[in-house]
Amino acid sequence: MTEAQIAAIRAIVKTGRVLTEEYDRFSYAFDASFGTYLPDVVIQTKDVAELAELVKLANREKIPVYPRGQATSLSGGPLPVHGGMVIDLSVMDDLLEIDEEDLVAIVSPGVLTAAIHKAAEEKGLMYPPDPSSSHVSTIGGNLAENSGGPRGLKYGVTKDYVIGLEVITPQGEIIRTGGRTVKNVTGYDLTKLIVGSEGTLGIITKAILRLIPKPPASETVMAIFDDLVDAGRAISRILTSGILPSKMELMDQASMVAVENYQPSGLPKDAEALILIELDGHPMAVRDEAEQVSRVCREIGAREVRVPQTAKEKEDMWKARKLVSPAIVRVKPTKISEDATVPRSKIPEMCRRLQAIKEKYGIHLVVFGHVGDGNLHPNIIADKSDREEMQRVEKAVAEIFEAAVELGGTLSGEHGIGLMKAPFMEMELGAAGLDMMKRIKQAWDPHNIMNPGKIFPEPGQKLVLSE
Amino acid sequence: MNEQLEQLRAELNYDKTNKCVQCGYCLPACPTYLTMGKETHSPRGRINLVKMAGEGKIKDLSVLEEPLDLCLGCRACETVCPTGVEYGAILESARASITRRKAYSVPQKALRSLLFKKVFPSRKAMKLLGDAMWVYEKTGVQKLARKSGLMKKLPAHLGEFEAIVPPAVSPRERASLPRVTKAKGQRKYTVAFFVGCVMDAMFRKINQLSVQLLAEVGCDVIVIENQICCGALHAHAGEMDESKQLAKRNIEAFAAVDADFIVNNAGGCGAMLVEYDHLLADDAQWAERARAFAAKTRDISQVLALCGGIAGKEGPTERVTYQRSCHMTNVQKVTAEPVQLLAGLPNVELVEMAEANMCCGSAGIYNLVQYDASMEILDLKMQHVIDTGAVTIVTTNPGCLLQMKLGIEREHLGERVRAVHLVEYLAQRAGILDGNPSAQPKA
Repeated sequence: MTEAQIAAIRAIVKTGRVLTEEYDRFSYAFDASFGTYLPDVVIQTKDVAELAELVKLANREKIPVYPRGQATSLSGGPLPVHGGMVIDLSVMDDLLEIDEEDLVAIVSPGVLTAAIHKAAEEKGLMYPPDPSSSHVSTIGGNLAENSGGPRGLKYGVTKDYVIGLEVITPQGEIIRTGGRTVKNVTGYDLTKLIVGSEGTLGIITKAILRLIPKPPASETVMAIFDDLVDAGRAISRILTSGILPSKMELMDQASMVAVENYQPSGLPKDAEALILIELDGHPMAVRDEAEQVSRVCREIGAREVRVPQTAKEKEDMWKARKLVSPAIVRVKPTKISEDATVPRSKIPEMCRRLQAIKEKYGIHLVVFGHVGDGNLHPNIIADKSDREEMQRVEKAVAEIFEAAVELGGTLSGEHGIGLMKAPFMEMELGAAGLDMMKRIKQAWDPHNIMNPGKIFPEPGQKLVLSE
Repeated sequence: MNEQLEQLRAELNYDKTNKCVQCGYCLPACPTYLTMGKETHSPRGRINLVKMAGEGKIKDLSVLEEPLDLCLGCRACETVCPTGVEYGAILESARASITRRKAYSVPQKALRSLLFKKVFPSRKAMKLLGDAMWVYEKTGVQKLARKSGLMKKLPAHLGEFEAIVPPAVSPRERASLPRVTKAKGQRKYTVAFFVGCVMDAMFRKINQLSVQLLAEVGCDVIVIENQICCGALHAHAGEMDESKQLAKRNIEAFAAVDADFIVNNAGGCGAMLVEYDHLLADDAQWAERARAFAAKTRDISQVLALCGGIAGKEGPTERVTYQRSCHMTNVQKVTAEPVQLLAGLPNVELVEMAEANMCCGSAGIYNLVQYDASMEILDLKMQHVIDTGAVTIVTTNPGCLLQMKLGIEREHLGERVRAVHLVEYLAQRAGILDGNPSAQPKA
């Protein structure tokens, strides 16, 4: 960018900060995925009118604009791959209003998702989407990436709870989509189009979220299986028995071994799989459902079924699941966290394919995830400084995506496409499918200034994990 | 990779930065990220800057200086880090690397050398400082200085700090820490007491009470003469060689006594002492001895709790809040015992403040050198303190104690709120120390 352009930005931003020091630019050059891309300038302002002016300037001067929350993205969503402006929206954290009568929350993009959970719960309500990073990720980031989380099984994902938005278009206009009503069929549903568009169609500056009553009780069941395929069968049987758990998590043997070596939690190291089920609803109903779930697991051949009797026991069980991520990086420092997702019926087959990929490339692969909705997290543990290993990992990741798509699944269940998975888009969507999406992007953003380099592959772009 | 970069990587602890998966879980735990609102002042941001230097993407190391200087070193990020990144080690080595390359101005160099090589490591110098403060107070110079408005003209806000320095102890009294204090009743343990440098110069009373409390619960307490400053302030300022020298001298000194535990009463010193094994890990001659020393190190609250706690007398009912020392919480991982000791006292209502684990902004000499940043953090902290409605703030580290006193002054709460060290509070509730903090403790 030119000096004059920076000066023009400084003239627009009257209430916030314009950062151009080298240390600040490097601090906004990364997210939780891979690679370092230096922006020319970082802007922090809470003023929507100023932001709109900035986008107008960018559109006029063809400067790339990269909206950013707290950069916990695992797919490269906020990376400023073509330099330009990074807009740090984490500072817009002032608005968090719960309307009990309309059952909605009205929020600004920098509010932490956990803060929304807390505010809703204080009024006996619930905002269901709960990405694991909710205590650090902003709602704006969740909206852009259409985040998921373990409760997706019963409650769906972020887009299922967004009914209205305020958005700055790539032309710098401020528009409103949807509204405060659950039912709204006026025109095209731009709300759903923008949620999950990964910042390529505009900057979300306000959102109206749907809330539901908070379930009064929950129960947990842990079932341990000697055979991974049995665990898969148990999952299918539970889900077809008329019970809809709120969470259903899987840990494979490698995950259990890693957790036990890291912080012993009473998990069996010799079993092939473990499923952890949470039921929520009326206290009597969940108790009855917990019994039914336990019975189903035993019938299928679970080696052991545990139902926690105290709050502490319950907490410990979920803690063991949360320990998987920290436990596995003790083995090697670099963690490639994938979220290839398959139809539920294909989970056992996907697990088999993953084992084959692991052996073929000689990589350290661990499988866990939100198995109730088919959203697996194959995690590859490697060492970024080992170039040869990283090349094997790149090939293995590509094969994981191929397997997921072949089985009727998708590249991404909740992390988004970003930079990392753009090269594989055509594989899932086909040339015509991808072209339709590109045409929407071109109509919205003819100068390609909003988060360029994401979702759509650039000619010859390949997955690169080694620097 | 060229040789220079390779050497820099080794110096910076580059390998340790690679453990960071940049998940951002440290962001909400970092006081400077919260107050300054920039990724540059977050743990993840700082680690990334060190990493960029290690990869040669940042060529001029001075770029790292300001972001690293503004770090409190509270290490709350380590406690929440899901992948166990050794932030403290990265920070220390990066600071050392910058210090080594830095051309300090002549007066800066002289001041650093005086402080780090002559003042803190010298018990004589620290004693002199303590004596001077007593003379300053007793001769009326203090009154005069305060009246004249001179204090407001001191550089670096020293005037504000002057007001919160505890009453000095007379040289006669100061000399009175006995070499051996016998346990009351049945002896449970023999402990060697670490007096600390600032602690001994400015808070001798707390040291005296510590020895008394330890004896009270059944410990023989030995105070050896040739111990020295722990080296924490040196390590945080990037003076690693000096820090290692001090560690060795302490290890040597304490090896002379056969104690069950080496006990300290200052969260920051304790954190340094329990990490002597890390500090000297690469020194074949000293590694094993450092491990043994670290393994014996305990905070005083741990030993008091281990011996059954302090039996308090039925005093007036009082609401108390506990300001945790970062280095006790995040490095020593001592969190339960102080609470247990306080909760065990009759008529004490312990109320936890919001964000109890957040740093108060004291952080060694951070509040002196980064005054504005420190005060922003302190103001946040004081709001949480006020919300508890407590009349007493209990701390476990001299820096936190002074900072809390400063916070009370800033908020004009002096009439109804006070800050005390845990040891003082326990002694007071046990009737060992009466209401007047400058009164002579019973023998």
